[in-house]
Amino acid sequence: MASAVKLEGITKRFPGVIANDRVNLDVAAGEIHAICGENGAGKSTLMKILYGMQPADEGRMIVNGDEVKFSSPKEAIALGIGMVHQHFMLADNLTVLENIILGAEPSTAGIINFDEARRHIIEVGEDYGLTIHPDDLVENLEVGERQRVEIIKVLFRGAKILILDEPTAVLVPQEVEELFRNMRELKAEGHTIIFIDHKLDEVLEISDTITVIRAGRTIDTVKPEDVTARDLAELMVGSELPVPEIRESTVTDHVVIEAVNAAADDDTGSPKLRNLTMKVHKGEILGIAGVEGNGQAEFVEAMVGMRPLTSGSLSLEGVRMLGWGTRRRREAGIGYIPEDRTRRGLLAGFPLWENAMLGHQSMEPYVSNGFWIQTAAGREHTKKVVDQFDVRTPSVDVAAHALSGGNQQKLIVGKEMSADLVALIAAHPTRGIDVGAQAAVWEELRHARAAGLAVILISADLEELIGLSDRLLVMLRGEIVAELDPRDVTPRDLGSYMTGASVQQGGE
Amino acid sequence: MGKKILYAVAAPIAAIIVALVISSIVLLFAGANPLSAYNNMWEFGTRLETIIETLNRATPLYLSGIAVAIGFRMNLFNIGVEGQYILAAIIAAKVGAEVNLPPVLHVLVIILTAMVVGAIWSGIAGFLKVTRNVHEVISTIMLNAIAVAGVTSYLLSVWDVPDESLDTATKEIPQSGWMPSLNPIVELFTREINRVELWGFIVVAIIVGIVYHVMINRTRIGFDLRASGENASAAEASGTDPKRMIMTAMVAGGAVAGLVGLPELLGSSHAYNLRFTQGLGFAGIAVALLGRNSAIGVAIGAFVIGWLDRASGVLEVRGDAPREIVSIMTGVIILAAVIAYAVVERRRRAEEAAAAAAATAAERPPDEVGAAAGGES
Repeated sequence: MASAVKLEGITKRFPGVIANDRVNLDVAAGEIHAICGENGAGKSTLMKILYGMQPADEGRMIVNGDEVKFSSPKEAIALGIGMVHQHFMLADNLTVLENIILGAEPSTAGIINFDEARRHIIEVGEDYGLTIHPDDLVENLEVGERQRVEIIKVLFRGAKILILDEPTAVLVPQEVEELFRNMRELKAEGHTIIFIDHKLDEVLEISDTITVIRAGRTIDTVKPEDVTARDLAELMVGSELPVPEIRESTVTDHVVIEAVNAAADDDTGSPKLRNLTMKVHKGEILGIAGVEGNGQAEFVEAMVGMRPLTSGSLSLEGVRMLGWGTRRRREAGIGYIPEDRTRRGLLAGFPLWENAMLGHQSMEPYVSNGFWIQTAAGREHTKKVVDQFDVRTPSVDVAAHALSGGNQQKLIVGKEMSADLVALIAAHPTRGIDVGAQAAVWEELRHARAAGLAVILISADLEELIGLSDRLLVMLRGEIVAELDPRDVTPRDLGSYMTGASVQQGGE
Repeated sequence: MGKKILYAVAAPIAAIIVALVISSIVLLFAGANPLSAYNNMWEFGTRLETIIETLNRATPLYLSGIAVAIGFRMNLFNIGVEGQYILAAIIAAKVGAEVNLPPVLHVLVIILTAMVVGAIWSGIAGFLKVTRNVHEVISTIMLNAIAVAGVTSYLLSVWDVPDESLDTATKEIPQSGWMPSLNPIVELFTREINRVELWGFIVVAIIVGIVYHVMINRTRIGFDLRASGENASAAEASGTDPKRMIMTAMVAGGAVAGLVGLPELLGSSHAYNLRFTQGLGFAGIAVALLGRNSAIGVAIGAFVIGWLDRASGVLEVRGDAPREIVSIMTGVIILAAVIAYAVVERRRRAEEAAAAAAATAAERPPDEVGAAAGGES
């Protein structure tokens, strides 16, 4: 089959690093081609080069048989290449229609022809089975719908080659199936899809060809029928993987966290959390599953003192935390791994040691008498965290933004774990980090459990929830709708509880 | 370490070069010879008397810059320093004139009064932001108008002492409430100074600078403040109360702002009058920008702007160009500095990221690759 995209010997250097080192990629026309690799392996750089966002230092790009050189995405778009970014580039306060035509408005004499655009969009949607409503406001859309808008946006501009950057990272299993259906539809219509992913079973399910990239180099190109997920993981990481260990239960009957009929409002003031009752024991990991936006975020904020309860109570070690601010809760031993590390967990421009201090700035060793910052002791302590949790950094004085996502997350997990904790709230602790860092974080959560912490784990990664939790709760519309034993539940079951397709009889 | 210094120095030097080039063009357009203009300014500006006048100018500019910088550190744009210092100055002048106290205590009472007035006036903006979510730019602009055109004008008319000088002014502060000139100390090291006096309040400004530096960089409150400015959500998650931080920053900034009028009040005018220097609050914004909110940087910024202001008079005297040309120079310097800082910062960040990436790329020890395939079924 003819190649839609052929990259030969692509090399891209940044000061001090080689992001892409003579990468070769051959994508046949009309296939779904997966690119796998850890974070920082150079996948995104490669895609940016292909999409014209960055020039390659060396190498050739051949699109549809012609050698090309792009100096901007405009030229890539003109050749029918479109990219759906991992972080959606949509304006919340515009409608779906407006978002799609933004920058490519069909107009006559400067007047936008909305009717024509609407017709065209509905046409594109119908052709590929992508259902959207052109006049909905984007801010009211679910994640899966937003993604469809992004895809239509690209198709609207006439793309025949689609680049999807980690499209499944934000979706629940049911949404992933929908996406895959759309992808197959696109393929049937003759489109070529290049997609980046590191969820291996997904890659195996959808792709026709898989190229593995590690440390900026092409490691191998394989067919899904010839490999297992384990083979792929080994190709990505570059060494043999140990079997996941079977763990003994460390759960005790000592209750650390207790919620009784807790309720809270969302940001707009309408009730979000309802009647939440749960106990978390010393040495237990309690997993909370749920489609995003069903109250998990509000629950976490209520736990760490950033959102007031409207009724009910939360207790720590038998003491009600009524009126406790975040600092008091942290001082009482609640650790917090926020779901959005760049928003909640990091001071991007500050050195690592000040980031390690964040959340512990009223405690030893960072601060003496709750007032004077102990620079030397703080840096020393951070060095220990960096060593112990394998944060890759030249020093603790480097600003946090310089680190890769995985290393930032290891720092956040490490600084929380090295504090004196009784409970840990971990919200999506492995989101957006590579398999190596993910394994390290998992290991730390197991350590936390073994050390007698009560851990609340919230995650969209259902395998992770099932693999780590001692007990699973499912949240739907602000309530707990099911309590499950992770030993006899599959991601599919969990998914149907999460969407409300299955309902547990009786409850607790 | 060498690189760190290079980065710190590169931006201001680039800014000054760019400013000189653009100013030269402007001077040429104005029909002046730039070299002779610069030469005259340099000659006049390096005289001891001009330097002392520059320091007298830089002292309130510095205090104003620090007041603004406190807000900037947590992304609060306190442009109300203008109203805060003028209101503080007139009330402090009145209080100072009415009380009868021994020398040092008298000055302390005046200082304290000014700080409290500044803090309260700024606190109003903080309170409105915390309770009603009113943006501080809007509220401080309005509070400026109320303080300067409203309250101060009214108070001045009420407190005006009719005397033979026909000046509209508050009652003079008795001598126990004056701040002594530092001329004798300077003269120890230099020569006899003519006509001008170095205001003693520069000592207070230095103390404010040191306290600011220590508080911001070495205490938890300063860290909370900086963290809130860098990333408010992360700071909140770390346990800082956002509302309390806003109030703290506004009140602290206002207290420092209250001091801005005092160098002049305690050093030379000894009363609030119609000729009392205005506009220092707005100039403080430029000074804070130029000094990047650091105690030392703001001092340099205040000195540079103060010097341009004082040394420019000579342009008119010698017939080079109208002194307003200096406003253009000041503007160009600030603009060039802000741009140069951004460019240098971007470059520094890129290098830092590259260094971190290089550290990450180091070979991974095999035993650390945990159960990565845990998701496999």
